[in-house]
Amino acid sequence: MTLTATPGQTVGPFFHYGLAYDGDCVLVPPGSPGSVLLRGQVLDGAGVAVRDALVEIWQTRPDGSVPRDVGSLRRDGWSFTGFGRACTGQDGRYVFSTLVPGAGKPGRPAFFAVTVFARGLSNRLFTRAYLPHDDAALAGDPLLSALPPRRRATLLASRDERGFVFDIHLQGANETVFLRYPGQ
Amino acid sequence: MFRRAPAGPTVRAMSSRARARELEPQSVISSEMAAIESDYRRAGVEETQPRLDYPPYRGSLLRHPTRDPCDVDPEAIERWAPCFGARDVDPLEADLTVGHAGEPVGERVVVTGRVVDGDGRPVRGQLVEIWQANAAGRYVHRRDQHPAPLDPHFTGAGRCLTDGDGWYRFQTIKPGPYPWRNHCNAWRPAHIHFSVFGAAFTQRLVTQMYFPGDPLFAFDPIYQSITDRRARDRLVATYDHGLTSHEWALGYRWDIVLTGGQPTYVEAGELV
Repeated sequence: MTLTATPGQTVGPFFHYGLAYDGDCVLVPPGSPGSVLLRGQVLDGAGVAVRDALVEIWQTRPDGSVPRDVGSLRRDGWSFTGFGRACTGQDGRYVFSTLVPGAGKPGRPAFFAVTVFARGLSNRLFTRAYLPHDDAALAGDPLLSALPPRRRATLLASRDERGFVFDIHLQGANETVFLRYPGQ
Repeated sequence: MFRRAPAGPTVRAMSSRARARELEPQSVISSEMAAIESDYRRAGVEETQPRLDYPPYRGSLLRHPTRDPCDVDPEAIERWAPCFGARDVDPLEADLTVGHAGEPVGERVVVTGRVVDGDGRPVRGQLVEIWQANAAGRYVHRRDQHPAPLDPHFTGAGRCLTDGDGWYRFQTIKPGPYPWRNHCNAWRPAHIHFSVFGAAFTQRLVTQMYFPGDPLFAFDPIYQSITDRRARDRLVATYDHGLTSHEWALGYRWDIVLTGGQPTYVEAGELV
């Protein structure tokens, strides 16, 4: 490594007209075969909804492979690009219509890779929203198994009748576990 | 018969002065920033990114994690990035001065540079998105209440894909400084917001590019949330007379370095 990374800065309050686009949070049409909702709320340290946050997801296909299709910005309705972006609403909530990600390797738990941006947040945060249903795989995950139960729980999406729910706490007792990758 | 005067600039300036009395003065913010930078220098450990916990930026107080991030090795999905292609971006989206009925007001500029990884290798075919205020410092956003004029010929959002050598290029107008309510008389230095995708998900970057010599740098807690001067300088474009064109536009060069996550490098289209 010879060059130093460019610093991040907050996304600010006015990102909507620069970053939001039609279909940004619709990776697959709602109600189409295999579609689920991934939704949640972004909250600050006082438990107040963050209405100017941006959440991005990047995920495997249901078979665990990495999508290589273009077209996230102008969706054609049938290609699965694996990338989505959602602005939170006045209530701090975001929602994606997508497919259930598959495990990248057999025996490993599947997750949505998640990036969070917000006014007041000086740099992006990385996290993972793990699917809750495979206990054996979750138990064997090196990241999860290194965490105390309460911290570990912040990385687990919960199942509901329409898909998955994953709340993001930027701060506080239930502060979400955020990630740092090598070289950062 | 007298008509009531419209709520013109004087009335608005007065109500803005009334609101300002509720806010802390610049001197409080400036002394906090100076103390943090002085502590940073004394500690002698280089920082290259902004501090998430930076109290002078008041909006960050309840929005920064208090625990250290967990170190993790990226899995396959995180070693790749979303793919964008010609389908996603119209080449005209790189020119923010077109697409309206007339020319936007302001100083026309070209902003260009290379996106590279930590080893200097180009990040090819990736998405760069920008958004910015107009020449008067006003954003086209319903939450922007700054009483500066909107420009009917300027929206201020653009996109492009980096080329085979990592280059991006936008034509736009230079944004104006912008007031905000972090404290009394808070003004953001002129800046363009950048959103950049790398060769891996782990390299995702959202940042702001500034213009050289801005007198507001010293007063701005967002810029100063990067405590290291050299690191802050990395967000400042360089004026490049070679990029300036005769009777047309001033040229600025700004390169972007994306690191992290040890991405897997393969030729386009090849899967590992």
